[in-house]
Amino acid sequence: MSIVDSHSMGRPTDLVQGTLDLLILKTISLEPKHGWAIAKRIEQVSGDVLQVQQGSLYPALHRLEQKVWIKAKWTESETGRKAKYYSLTAAGRAQLEKETANWSRLSGAINLVIQSVEE
Amino acid sequence: MSRVQRLWLRLQTLFSRRRVVEQLDDEIQFHLDQQTSEYVTAGMDAEEARRAAIRSFGNRTLLQERTIETWGWSTLDQFGQDLRYGFRGMRRDVGSTVFAILIAGIGIGASSTVFSVVNTLLLRPLPFRDPGRLVWISNGENYSTQTEQYSDLRDQNQSFSDLAGWSGFYRSGDKELMGAGEPERLTSVPVTQNFFALLGVEPVIGRSFTREECQGKYSTPPAMVISHSFWQRRFASDANVVGRKFVLNNEPVIVVGVLPASFDFASVFAPGTPVDIFIPWPLADKTKPAGNTMAIVGRLKPGATVQSAQAEFTLLAKQIGSNHPERNPVNPKLAPLQQHVSGMVRPALVLLMCAVGVVMLIVCANLSHLQMARMGTRQKEMAIRSSLGAGRFRLMRQMLTESGTFSCFGAALGLLLAVAGTRAMAHLNAFNLPLLESVRVDGRTFAFTLVAAVTSGVLFGLAPALQVRAYKLREGLQDAGRESSGSSRYGWFRDGLVVSEFALACMLLVGASLLIQSFVRVLDVNLGYQPERAAALRIDPSFRISSFAQQNSFIDDVLHRTRSVPGIAAAGITDVLPLGGDRSWQVSGKGQIYEKDHHPEAFIRVVSDGYLEALGIPLKLGREFAESDRASSEPVVIVNETLARTLWPGQDALGQFMTQDGGRRVVGVVGDVHHGGPERPGGSEMYLPMRQTADYPEMELVLRTALPPGSLAAGIRTALRPVDPNLPVSEFQTLRGLVDKEVSPRRFLVMLLAGFAGFALLLASLGIYALISYSVNQRTREIGICVALGASERIVRRGVLLKTLRLALTGVALGTVASFALTKWLESLLFGTTPTDPAAFLGVILLLSAVALVAGYVPARRASRVDPMIALRAN
Repeated sequence: MSIVDSHSMGRPTDLVQGTLDLLILKTISLEPKHGWAIAKRIEQVSGDVLQVQQGSLYPALHRLEQKVWIKAKWTESETGRKAKYYSLTAAGRAQLEKETANWSRLSGAINLVIQSVEE
Repeated sequence: MSRVQRLWLRLQTLFSRRRVVEQLDDEIQFHLDQQTSEYVTAGMDAEEARRAAIRSFGNRTLLQERTIETWGWSTLDQFGQDLRYGFRGMRRDVGSTVFAILIAGIGIGASSTVFSVVNTLLLRPLPFRDPGRLVWISNGENYSTQTEQYSDLRDQNQSFSDLAGWSGFYRSGDKELMGAGEPERLTSVPVTQNFFALLGVEPVIGRSFTREECQGKYSTPPAMVISHSFWQRRFASDANVVGRKFVLNNEPVIVVGVLPASFDFASVFAPGTPVDIFIPWPLADKTKPAGNTMAIVGRLKPGATVQSAQAEFTLLAKQIGSNHPERNPVNPKLAPLQQHVSGMVRPALVLLMCAVGVVMLIVCANLSHLQMARMGTRQKEMAIRSSLGAGRFRLMRQMLTESGTFSCFGAALGLLLAVAGTRAMAHLNAFNLPLLESVRVDGRTFAFTLVAAVTSGVLFGLAPALQVRAYKLREGLQDAGRESSGSSRYGWFRDGLVVSEFALACMLLVGASLLIQSFVRVLDVNLGYQPERAAALRIDPSFRISSFAQQNSFIDDVLHRTRSVPGIAAAGITDVLPLGGDRSWQVSGKGQIYEKDHHPEAFIRVVSDGYLEALGIPLKLGREFAESDRASSEPVVIVNETLARTLWPGQDALGQFMTQDGGRRVVGVVGDVHHGGPERPGGSEMYLPMRQTADYPEMELVLRTALPPGSLAAGIRTALRPVDPNLPVSEFQTLRGLVDKEVSPRRFLVMLLAGFAGFALLLASLGIYALISYSVNQRTREIGICVALGASERIVRRGVLLKTLRLALTGVALGTVASFALTKWLESLLFGTTPTDPAAFLGVILLLSAVALVAGYVPARRASRVDPMIALRAN
């Protein structure tokens, strides 16, 4: 599965966009991260199954920031250079919980359908 | 909380935009560096790693733009950008920018000016309280009503809360004011006691008339209310004038009130004759002028409509008629006051509004054309921008922003023109149109201008904007536009624009030429008198005439002295000049009996000897009045040909007797006079010798001169001083001037319409010139090949001219058909011509073809001079 259709530069569909939001929120829920680290982390954790076109992260990050689900702060990175670190806000945490629950329900339901068809 | 934060973020991105964009740039750069160093760690060399990082990131510019869009101000931001692009484009091409703004400005200026006239005359409510409930009650077609009938109608009707009236029998300059510096002739209007209250007009100082003041004698009003303009002019806006005593026609009078500036009686009820003072009208006084003298206005009760009131008045009039057979018949015709005031000019204004609409369409077509030509040269720019990721809608929006900017500049210019135009118009006293003085640019005109600007911007920007869709990257970069393929795709659209310009211009020109024709016919009408070299002067004596002997020696004296002034060819006195008021009596020949409703009426002119000659009215039979037709001699009368035919059909009118004043013998028959103006037939008229009657409202000395009338004024005044040293100073009026004023509304219409049609013609010719030049430029190579293959100059030229003519004639054909269908709406405005007058149509067709040929000839010549070697090498 890829987050962005690599053949065109069209915008992600709502479903995919929502998914990307969920991934971002989840990734920074433990500690603040900058954009590149978020992209890396998603790739690593998913075992390179989810390949985020790296640039497409930024419109999403800024959109979430406008919604005040995440907030940003410029701090020094491990290399000593200033980077923009994103972290969850209280609203973002609530949103993460809601979306995680949604996702589990949805994937559970899809699983059920698939299994019932197999029988 | 979060809402505040959100707003803060947004404001930050809006106001410290540059910093925020820089930060985004930093953020992305950091990402790329991070990725690069990871690749380097993995073993790539630095340059390769950098490229790989950029590749894996995606289209940086596009993503950056998308990110910026999430900030929420993107629409505003892009609009600003479009605007900047637009200005840049405008600066780059100053010539066409100035041209575009100029024609948009003239178009919008003309529309706004006409709109403000329409707004004043048709849309803006009359300056009275609740004007929608005011109703004009005429007697038949425009005749006024007897005061006795008014009183009965007023007392017996159920539809109106009240009726009020003013005397239509006033004359300009009929009162003489003394006691405040130089004596001055004033125009006074007698009004009923409730007149101002009914209209809802409150004097700014003082009061209106009391009941007592309306019960005196007609000739000696005890009080007067003065108009605002007279108050300003004569009394320098002195508030203490209220309560002051003056002398009006030798009788004491007191000023009781000053009317507000917003109340301009003349502009509503009597365009062209300013009114200075209002006097009470004692309806019960038996010495007041009898007959149909009153113009009536009513205020409807809540719930009553004009229709219901009309029904009631028709019945009521019948009832009153049968109760009082001795009175003049009354035939009430009701109409909303607003309609009555603007009714006569409505068709003309609607026509003008349509005309400016057409002009605006032509302007839009021209601008659209211009914009497309500009786009043609910008294909490369568009192609590059679209390859860099600018969306199709973004480019379209930019086009629209550009055209909108043009039209807004145009609107600014147009507004200036409209302000100037309305100012000029408001001061055109030469035009007697109602309410013209109050024409101005107001909020509504402003809104109209804005709407016109935006609409025209969208209208002319739409085609070029839609064209944007078609730009393909490859074609654009290859500059395919120079090949014939580029022009053929949109060629039909450009051709369509030019064809429609010609069609619209054709319609305007047909309308204008029909009206010009009508105007010429109006000027050509034989008025029945000779206004050239004729002039008139008010000479009512300042003293009171108490006997026929005194009156007649005054008349003799005035005429003898006037005729002795060098340069005077003829002189006479009348009580009413042509185009002045009218009074009519029922008339009959001796022994004739008519039914009450079918009784002949004739207009009355009281004149002295020499009048017919002075005015140039031809004597058909019998004799003119002579000095010897006096109070002591046989009562005589002169009739015009219409009256002679009416009373004695098939017989000789000379020597017949009329029943007036106990029997008057007809001594002369004269030609008919178009008393009410060239467009109205004269009707029956009879002339009474002034020396045999005292029943006339004023004295006008009419002169026929060999010299310019103006140069005689001083001589006449000197000559008349011994007759009456207090003769008030008043201006000479030339009869030509009076006639000009009468036809001024038509001249006004013709001037504006001809102006619009001329502008449309200019635009259409520029449009076709631009199109043909453009297509010749586009096809230089093609023409070069033709010439190389042996086409002669003549063939090339003919080809271009034929194309021009084909376009023009298609437009003209469409326009002619449309005009043919539409000109019947003009019928009510035409005079002496028909809506389908072949000469007008033919003239316009020839004119437009000629213009098209001239416009096409220049590019055709250029095409025929194409050097094949240069043309083929150019690409």
